[in-house]
Amino acid sequence: MTTSRRDLLKIGALGGAALIAGFPGAEVSAQGSELTIAYNVNLPSWDPTVGPSAVNPTIQAIYQSVFDMYIAQNPDLSFAPGLLTKWGWNDDKTKVEMEVRDGVTWHDGSPFTAEDVAWSLERAGKPETGNPIQFVWSKIGNFKVDGNKITADVKEFEPVLFKWMSFLTGYVLPKAYYEKVGAEGFEKAPIGTGPYMMEKFERNAFVRLKANPNYWGGKPAFETVIIKFVPDSTSRVAEVESGSSQVTLEIPYDEFDRLKAKDGLAGITTPISDIGMIFLNDIDVMLDKNVRLAAHHAIDKQLIIDRLLNGYGIPIDTLETPQYAAYDASIKVGYDPEKAKTLLAASGFGPDKPVKFKIQTTKGFKPKDYEMIQAIVGMWRKVGIEAEIEIYEIAKHYELRAADTLAPAAFYNWGNAIGDPTTSTGFAMFGPSPHSVWDSKDLIDMIIPLWGEKDETKRIAGWKAVSKYIAEQGYVIPLLQYVQPIIHAKSVKVTPHVSGALLPALMSPA
Amino acid sequence: MSRNLLIRLGSTMVTLFGVALIVFILVRVVPGNPIAMMLPPGASDADIALLTAHYGLDKPIMTQFWIWLGRALQGDFGTSISLRQDVMSLIFGRLPATLELATLALLIAMALGGALAITAARFRGTAVETGIDLANGASLAMPDFLWGLTFILLFGVLIPVFAISGRVSPTLDLPFVTGFYLIESILRLRVDIFLDLMRHMLMPALALALPLAAVIAQLLKTSLKEAMQQDYVMLARTKGFSETRVLISEALRNAVIPTLTLAGVQFTFLIGGTVIVERLFSYEGLGNMAIDAVINRDLPLIQGIVLVFALIFVIINLIVDLSYALLNPRLRHG
Repeated sequence: MTTSRRDLLKIGALGGAALIAGFPGAEVSAQGSELTIAYNVNLPSWDPTVGPSAVNPTIQAIYQSVFDMYIAQNPDLSFAPGLLTKWGWNDDKTKVEMEVRDGVTWHDGSPFTAEDVAWSLERAGKPETGNPIQFVWSKIGNFKVDGNKITADVKEFEPVLFKWMSFLTGYVLPKAYYEKVGAEGFEKAPIGTGPYMMEKFERNAFVRLKANPNYWGGKPAFETVIIKFVPDSTSRVAEVESGSSQVTLEIPYDEFDRLKAKDGLAGITTPISDIGMIFLNDIDVMLDKNVRLAAHHAIDKQLIIDRLLNGYGIPIDTLETPQYAAYDASIKVGYDPEKAKTLLAASGFGPDKPVKFKIQTTKGFKPKDYEMIQAIVGMWRKVGIEAEIEIYEIAKHYELRAADTLAPAAFYNWGNAIGDPTTSTGFAMFGPSPHSVWDSKDLIDMIIPLWGEKDETKRIAGWKAVSKYIAEQGYVIPLLQYVQPIIHAKSVKVTPHVSGALLPALMSPA
Repeated sequence: MSRNLLIRLGSTMVTLFGVALIVFILVRVVPGNPIAMMLPPGASDADIALLTAHYGLDKPIMTQFWIWLGRALQGDFGTSISLRQDVMSLIFGRLPATLELATLALLIAMALGGALAITAARFRGTAVETGIDLANGASLAMPDFLWGLTFILLFGVLIPVFAISGRVSPTLDLPFVTGFYLIESILRLRVDIFLDLMRHMLMPALALALPLAAVIAQLLKTSLKEAMQQDYVMLARTKGFSETRVLISEALRNAVIPTLTLAGVQFTFLIGGTVIVERLFSYEGLGNMAIDAVINRDLPLIQGIVLVFALIFVIINLIVDLSYALLNPRLRHG
């Protein structure tokens, strides 16, 4: 028997058709109890308390799905009982007292105990474990467990200690299980007490989560949650548009507006605890207060938000947003180009004799970052500031900032998911911090007493005063509070979290 | 022959050493310090020094290099800073995915390019050849990632036949023991998994294949047209063979050798091209991991990935050279 070319062609055509027919078409994951989320970052590691990923704010939503924090945080950033049902200081603030929730089990069915909390806190405070927030956790020690109660000695008073228990590395890990399987075993099969259990993990691809039927906060709405790691925003848009994923975030605002108008899709925008700002370094022309203030007054922040970010953003005058504990609405700097000109003139500068400096920015790291700086440089030019733009990678920014060698002006974004002033104004503006580049003694002297202030009212008032002083002196240029765009299928109800964490446990069928 | 092989192996070792040294120095002198990226808010100078020493970055670069080389020669390529796992196990965990994608792309490119070349040569001087030339020009003019975007919009969104991201559906449980999913699915006769893999791999593979297919088509067509002028082809014609049979049975056999050589060399570029395409399709290969490694300034992982890419390049070039010598009688006897 011979096979003719015609036969071969027929076989080829049939094979091709069979291949196409065999494809189930677009993945449909919004079926009943299954949810697929196209997430914008990869998950590098499963231990939420060590290594660089532990301090990556974007990854926390995945960690919070599997692990519980010591203290829970509501979507509006307020704190709520979590694995700790009670927490506080003794009267003279020399001890911490905590009470642990009863009836909680780990994902392997073993009981969660106060020993787990004490062990997790003790481990986090040891430098050799590599916890990046060890400098906070090491301030308490000598843990004593009595039933579901824990006490510990305060080695150094840290007013934000309990807020950190809802923040980076503030997770409770299973003592017995971790000691049994070790770091490597835990990486392969992590367990927590969180709303979801890790079922399958393919690095750089996806994680498949299964609802924890015994979750102390009630079984989550979706039985299975698939989080696909899709770092490219174009691909995330396509994922949602094709129906392959039901929820995604961090897409360009233009695409957000287009997608939310489509049938079957809806959009949510939430102001989150992430701001855009311009660091000023206390070098060269930035030592001149008039130049600093002029640079601030010359920026029309609302115009930038309207034109470049489709209106998604909120102008800010300090590093504190309305959701933060030390926000003071009375502190205003304001757009005033005439005042900017007057200030510059007082220092001998003007449109004909511009003051010159360099501004550094990332390009594409945050939405329209480079375009914003271009617009700002244009606004500055009108009042007599000639800024040269230098584009760098975010890694370079970190390096320069840690070495205190940033240019006189440098764009950056700053997150603060617990809304405390120490983790925004504090670390950004306190000279000795590796994250600050403004080192003037006046500001350092003003901030130092606040680190250990035991009276919370006085502490918050102190930080408000610091913010006011910074605004008056023009030590930094706060630009805007970011708004997070979330696109989702109308069949899914999504509750956004002001921290920016896209939490599957806050989603349910609509 | 064996002397030549020894010389090639020697030069391979020198090449790899050179690549290792250059990459080691480059990744350490380019802007972006991994320590600065992982500094906690309250880190003191002592903390920074401790962290720097912990990752061995406090020593002079050449000292770091010799330490790294000494360990690498014993098979220890270090631990990834961002993923906190052994570098080589991470790389070899992802390498099969990239190799399968690149091989699929190469097969598509050869099949497509070959078919176009034969068609153009068969209908040389007609509108068909002109049309194929134009199509080749268009394929070459667009880079692979733009083809990828086009396919995502066409076959991912408008006509959702293929999967937009990933290598395999997250809902599938794979019974495989190696990372070569495609090969294993065929060997285990798991048609369902094979189809699922193809649904994920065809778009990125096609995006990678199109520019290469155009190159193959152009080169093979030129070789075929030259071969069609040779005496042995004229002889075949006088025997009364059809034009198509002459083209495929006589001309193609001789014309294909330079194309195969080119395909081998291009395969190395194709593997390089997977970096962007894998990212676009969120494909869990080595290229995708390489981008994360660069973003995170994960020096040991960058070093390992580049070295493995270099090794693949060198091996493929070696195989191409040796095969060319075997395929070409003039070189074999020379």
